[in-house]
Amino acid sequence: MRLAVLELRRKPLRFAVVGTALWLLTVLLLFLGGLLDGLYLGSTGVLRQQDAQLLTFSSDSRTSLIRSRIDVETRQQVEAVPGVADADGLGLALVGARVPDETEPANTAVVGYETATGSVPDPPAAGTAWADRSLEANGVSVGDVLEMGPQQVPLEVVGWIEDGNYLGQSGLWVDPATWRGILASSRPDSSLPEGTFQTLAVTVADGADPDEVAAAIDAATGGLTRTVDVEAAIGSIPGIDEQASTFNQIIGTTLLVAGVVVALFFALLTLERTRLYGVFKAIGASSRQIFASVLTQSLVITAVSFVLGTLFVELAALGIPPGAVPFQLEPARILSSLALLLVVATLGSVISLRRVTRIDPASAIG
Amino acid sequence: MSALVLNNVRKVYQSGEDHIVALDHASLTVGAEEILALVGPSGSGKTTLLSIAGGLLSPSEGEVLVGGEAITAYSAKQLTDFRRNSVGFVFQSVNLVPFLNARENLLVVAEFSKREKKAARERAERLLDELGLGHRMNNLPGQLSGGERQRVAIGRALMNEPALVLIDEPTSALDTKLGEQVMELIVGEVKARNTAAVIVTHDQRMTHYADRTVAITDGVLAA
Repeated sequence: MRLAVLELRRKPLRFAVVGTALWLLTVLLLFLGGLLDGLYLGSTGVLRQQDAQLLTFSSDSRTSLIRSRIDVETRQQVEAVPGVADADGLGLALVGARVPDETEPANTAVVGYETATGSVPDPPAAGTAWADRSLEANGVSVGDVLEMGPQQVPLEVVGWIEDGNYLGQSGLWVDPATWRGILASSRPDSSLPEGTFQTLAVTVADGADPDEVAAAIDAATGGLTRTVDVEAAIGSIPGIDEQASTFNQIIGTTLLVAGVVVALFFALLTLERTRLYGVFKAIGASSRQIFASVLTQSLVITAVSFVLGTLFVELAALGIPPGAVPFQLEPARILSSLALLLVVATLGSVISLRRVTRIDPASAIG
Repeated sequence: MSALVLNNVRKVYQSGEDHIVALDHASLTVGAEEILALVGPSGSGKTTLLSIAGGLLSPSEGEVLVGGEAITAYSAKQLTDFRRNSVGFVFQSVNLVPFLNARENLLVVAEFSKREKKAARERAERLLDELGLGHRMNNLPGQLSGGERQRVAIGRALMNEPALVLIDEPTSALDTKLGEQVMELIVGEVKARNTAAVIVTHDQRMTHYADRTVAITDGVLAA
């Protein structure tokens, strides 16, 4: 192992090609991952902020927050189901907002909610909103009065929240009456009566099984509702699963290419070193020790390339104007990408194991 | 105890339908502190004999004892351990590790055998001092002359304190004067350590450095 590290330190140029390839692949991997996470987080904040385990939609809505309607009577039926600790109304209106002194309107998601959830505090006073900080990129400041929709309903921003967006539109979290008013003014055909929400965020009582409670809710409403867990509701947001599937396929292909790069490089290096490894075996090295040396080099090169690639992506991300690209590099993405790259580097190195094992120590002589 | 005993050793290679006898019922004993020169033309079987004595090849028939240790039936793993601990090799083309300096080239042996680092380092430095390379310990092989590289290779062969040193054509790449210097060095170092050595050479001018010379032709040792 010490031999492997010494060679890396003393002959770094020998590994420059594979290192550069892995650096580029790291950059690609993290950009793709960052975009995927940015799109996902920017589309799902409203649902991920829910402390509740279940969301109840009307059964004809195909679990769409926009299409769903839950009236007062249905809500009472849900609240009466054993195992339901709480059922809070949740509503959404996708509305354009005029920002003071700005020419471009901001795309917003007005979220009507009843109680504090996730990192979002209790609803502010009527006519005011907690705004997602991404609205700063649209020129919004605390204290600004936005004009919502075609009827220019005034809405004052009284504070910032984080991670409260929906479908890439910046969240404005308001009390139910304010939301209902904005929804009615911007889309009169979708206006909802007092007490009606689009969905219910259902908190399950301690000890109750969420799956059983979900089934019980839908049974209690006579099939008028469809209750799913938050994760399933996120998967129902249009495009979320398709985005993830597309990006993950590209990420998978990138990892495959990384594995092939490592495999080819070390297979060629092992071929070039057949005589040297023959000498090592002649003086007492085992195949295991030689392969450990190959593996060490592939893992160290991968790790170093990854660190440099990550630094590059982090620096490049600083240059992206706020709100221009939905790019968000999460620590979990960085760690999982490193782990996956190390796994493919290991698998790529294993290609050389057979050749190392077959090197004849007698080749050192004659 | 003899350093090396070969009893009726035969090595046969299969090439398609043909059987090629590389070593034919070879019997040989090398004393504990004896230096034996093995001479013969190319293809005579001297490298095969050296490889069998060093545990690089297993014989087809016969018995091999090195330092009293019967290695004939050893598995590949046992032979690896044997080579690591009981024999030293000096290869024809020296074969030093190009990115390691002289001292580290000796320590490679210790690394494979997981010897105690401090003791191994002291031994490597002492050996290099004795070989006249005390001032070249930190030089890479590319910065050393042919003779100096050969001396590093000798030091590497002696690192594991072997009972038997096997030396393959040590002077083939050197001119006569340098070749004689290297042979003197080999003999001096081997004798100083009360170790036995088998030196394979086709250079008859170098045989007088050995205690005894044995010729081999077509796999048969001269009586």
